[in-house]
Amino acid sequence: MTLDLNRRRLLGGGLSLGALTLLTGCDVSDDDAVQKVLASFSRWNDRVQAALFNGQKLAPTFPEAMAVKDFRYNAWYGPERAPRLDPAEYRLSLAGLIADRRPWTVEQLHALPQMSQITRHVCVEGWSMIGKWNGTPLATFLQRVGADTTAKYVGFECADGYYEGIDMATALHPQTIMAFGLSDETLPTKYGFPFKIRIPTKLGFKNPKFVTTIYVTNQQPRGFWTDRGYNWFSGI
Amino acid sequence: MSDPNDQVQHHAIPVRVTHWLMALSILVMIGSGWRIYNANPIFGFTFPELFTLGGDGEATLARSNDPGVANALAWHFAGMWVLAGSFLLFCLWGLASGHFRRDFLPVGPKSFFRDFLAAARFRLEHRLGSYNAVQKVFYWGVLALVTVMIVSGIAIWKPVQTYPLELLFGGFQGARLIHFLAMAGIAGFLLVHVVLVALVPKTLVAMIFGKASSPAHAPNLESGQ
Repeated sequence: MTLDLNRRRLLGGGLSLGALTLLTGCDVSDDDAVQKVLASFSRWNDRVQAALFNGQKLAPTFPEAMAVKDFRYNAWYGPERAPRLDPAEYRLSLAGLIADRRPWTVEQLHALPQMSQITRHVCVEGWSMIGKWNGTPLATFLQRVGADTTAKYVGFECADGYYEGIDMATALHPQTIMAFGLSDETLPTKYGFPFKIRIPTKLGFKNPKFVTTIYVTNQQPRGFWTDRGYNWFSGI
Repeated sequence: MSDPNDQVQHHAIPVRVTHWLMALSILVMIGSGWRIYNANPIFGFTFPELFTLGGDGEATLARSNDPGVANALAWHFAGMWVLAGSFLLFCLWGLASGHFRRDFLPVGPKSFFRDFLAAARFRLEHRLGSYNAVQKVFYWGVLALVTVMIVSGIAIWKPVQTYPLELLFGGFQGARLIHFLAMAGIAGFLLVHVVLVALVPKTLVAMIFGKASSPAHAPNLESGQ
């Protein structure tokens, strides 16, 4: 009978453990100790992703016909609250490990060499959308202003309160661009005028809009959604 | 006691350890996966938050405009290492030790249909320590599904770095769909698996302590066929 009792205890234990997991799933996740373990995994995942990232491998590109004209709007605020930056007043400021930190006007930015790409935007939520962006490789711009490209990170501050940062390898990737145009038009206000950083090798939230400051640093920049629990590297 | 007809179920330590690691990580992956699914449902339904993993969605939304997806992803990206690691060890051990060959083979369509029909009429005897053809097919099936889960998961996690892997599933959204369907298959397996364990609780004893036995059965309808 002892075996039977043990068995019952085991079964009971197993069942209540299962029930506990189900019923207190919320509490388990919100526990600080659990959060710390998950955060360690996330930092480990940052290292794995940085190692997996191939600076030469291009994201797939698609035929023009597949590019969506009416691109999905996505932000934590509605499009009517998107900041309207006056092209006459706007200045892009530069900071950190950059030799020439003079601010840039929209006109100067538009005079930079342009390229176009038809790539896929992948949102962390799971949806994806192909779009056509026009702009200047960030690598070209960083070289133009004398940025220290041996530094570890490039950070961005934005007019809507957003902030992001990426690893230098991704910043120098040939498809990482300062996108001044979407669907062959000047980037509309709600999509981030005067420009967004378009990175087809990162999840959508690593593509900041309304950029007002670019800085180069060896200290890992914070990220708006990273501060809210998302993985920092978020490469795809 | 040592009647050669006694049914004995043995589980070696590597099988038990990897079994429970896989069990735990699969629960974590399904729970967090359902929360992630809810953020952008493929079909016209979402999972009740109670059955998902990712913390208090309302509180997270109030605090940081995020419906607990960040936390669910953190679980998912942690659980994937535990699942992939334990699954790999389980498969390597199963191949190297002969566990797969000994216990999951031979199996064929003929024996499967014979045992399936018997099971459907509740006439399939559960023999502790040996698997019938339906069980064998189920175990191969779930091993295949976890493999599909891992490969489609990699295609979703790294669609650019592993391109063109996603084309195996008909593209990125296809990979999401396959990832979901494989989850449904695994969830179905878990349901049947747990019900059968509840019917023959000694299998649980064996999976925890390594051994369980029951005395030889008197001849019955099934064994007399």
